[in-house]
Amino acid sequence: MSDQGFLDLINGLYIVAAILFILGLKYLGSPRTARKGNRLSALGMLIAIVATLVSRDIIEYEWIAIGIAIGAVIGIVIARTVKMTAMPQMVAVLNGFGGAASALVAAAELIRSVDLGDVPLDVAIIALFSTVLGALTLTGSLIAFGKLQGIVTSRAVLLPLRNVVNALILIAIIGLSAWLVVEPNQPEIFLAVGLLSVLLGVLLVIPIGGADMPVVISLLNSYSGIAAAAAGVVLQNNILIIAGALVGASGLILTRIMTKAMNRSLANVIFGGFGATATVADAAGTPGERPYRSATAEDVAMILGYSQSVMFVPGYGLAVAQAQHAVKELAGLLQDRGISVKYAIHPVAGRMPGHMNVLLAEADVPYEQLLDLDQSNPEFVRTDVAVVIGANDVTNPAARTDPESPIYGMPILDVDKARAVIVLKRSMATGFSGIDNDLFYLDNTSMFFGDAKSSVSDLVTELRQLD
Amino acid sequence: MLTPDPLLISVTIFVVAFFVGYELITKVPPTLHTPLMSGSNAISGIVLIGAVIVAGRGHSDLGIVLGTGAVALATVNVVGGFLVTDRMLRMFRSRESQQRRPKAGSPSDSPQDPGDKR
Repeated sequence: MSDQGFLDLINGLYIVAAILFILGLKYLGSPRTARKGNRLSALGMLIAIVATLVSRDIIEYEWIAIGIAIGAVIGIVIARTVKMTAMPQMVAVLNGFGGAASALVAAAELIRSVDLGDVPLDVAIIALFSTVLGALTLTGSLIAFGKLQGIVTSRAVLLPLRNVVNALILIAIIGLSAWLVVEPNQPEIFLAVGLLSVLLGVLLVIPIGGADMPVVISLLNSYSGIAAAAAGVVLQNNILIIAGALVGASGLILTRIMTKAMNRSLANVIFGGFGATATVADAAGTPGERPYRSATAEDVAMILGYSQSVMFVPGYGLAVAQAQHAVKELAGLLQDRGISVKYAIHPVAGRMPGHMNVLLAEADVPYEQLLDLDQSNPEFVRTDVAVVIGANDVTNPAARTDPESPIYGMPILDVDKARAVIVLKRSMATGFSGIDNDLFYLDNTSMFFGDAKSSVSDLVTELRQLD
Repeated sequence: MLTPDPLLISVTIFVVAFFVGYELITKVPPTLHTPLMSGSNAISGIVLIGAVIVAGRGHSDLGIVLGTGAVALATVNVVGGFLVTDRMLRMFRSRESQQRRPKAGSPSDSPQDPGDKR
């Protein structure tokens, strides 16, 4: 085959891969077809990699084989062993690795251009962009990983003048990069840009509190895609550009969904340092001062057992207590009594978008029972009992009714509209926002105190005795 | 004949692909957002191709070192991302498929999956 024909063949295979990626994402639109979608994407990836391996750019295979072998072993091991509760950490690490790979590719390409003595202006600019973005995605992701894993404090670490320092670092990166574009052959300046980017990644994520991690992970996801696309521009490789753009879009959408669900702007998450301290503790009085009703396991089992419809409202507290399986058992008992059971899931119920759904799916809850915000809110008026487990701020009616409240306007689950509300909680303490929850003091609300897992297990025991 | 600037072509492709991605992903239901994220993350491991080119071109020792590192990192991204996404999606079962196999053992280790046969 002629060289041109061969090149056309490879580019044709890249188009096939791009189509498979797009179809794969399309099939992710429904739980029924999602698994097939993921496989199509994986097939697209395989085709793209094989096409690249046989292309005539490649003259040495030894190092590629070593790299792939190492990466594949690590990938297989972590994918098989990671716990579903640790999925946000896993995605954070993968984002970081993807970003680092993009940075290394762009750096290598820039170095080669310098060696060849011909550095086109656009190549230099985009290679530097990809290096900077990839490097800060790496360290930002590693810090996010550390916070989620509990290695780095999940509290917001607020360094003095942090925004000024970050701005100065960014200016330095841009200034040095501009110098490199004009005079590319300065390895030490290039190294400095890389190191500053690595530092910036750390400084950008360290002031962000643990509860904001869903936003950070989504944003880093977007960055890793854009860094890959930029590396694709440098290499003039279209499949890299297409796939990177798809991922960039995905991360951006998820970022927007998360910030909206938290009633925050992206700028507020990044620069605000929310979650460093309970800033608004006194906004709605000291928790527990108003009268509330508490119930025993027996009371709650009675209410549940004689209802017709139950809506569980899980929050991250449920995952922390590992109560998913106990809840599923309780739901099974209720269903055996002919009671309809559903789950209302707020977008920020977990530590990343959709996390709670995965945890419940792992506990064998069928996906038809998992309702999102828009699906569940009209249901509450028709629900006999809403059972809130380990969720707090996302159920606070003040977000709907009290313009003075700091969370006013935040989309919440309208739990208060159910006929009866049971709140499983350790104590009357406030949630992440630091404000008291009006839901706890409503006439139709009963508080059931204790650890989520043992409380639910008690309910299972009580319900078994109920007849 | 005048040919357009390659950078311009690249940017065009990026913008179009970004919009396609935006349209597709807006339709993904919240229940699948975690698998979407890990799956799209695996797709961003496409930079493996760039890494392969850089590592296999045999240009310089430094290029090989950077390239091989990039190959390893991107492979973790690709392999780990697709596998863990599959593992998660295998757990999303509908009511019917659950009834067919009422007692689920360890869902992540079962070689046969009812959700797959629909």
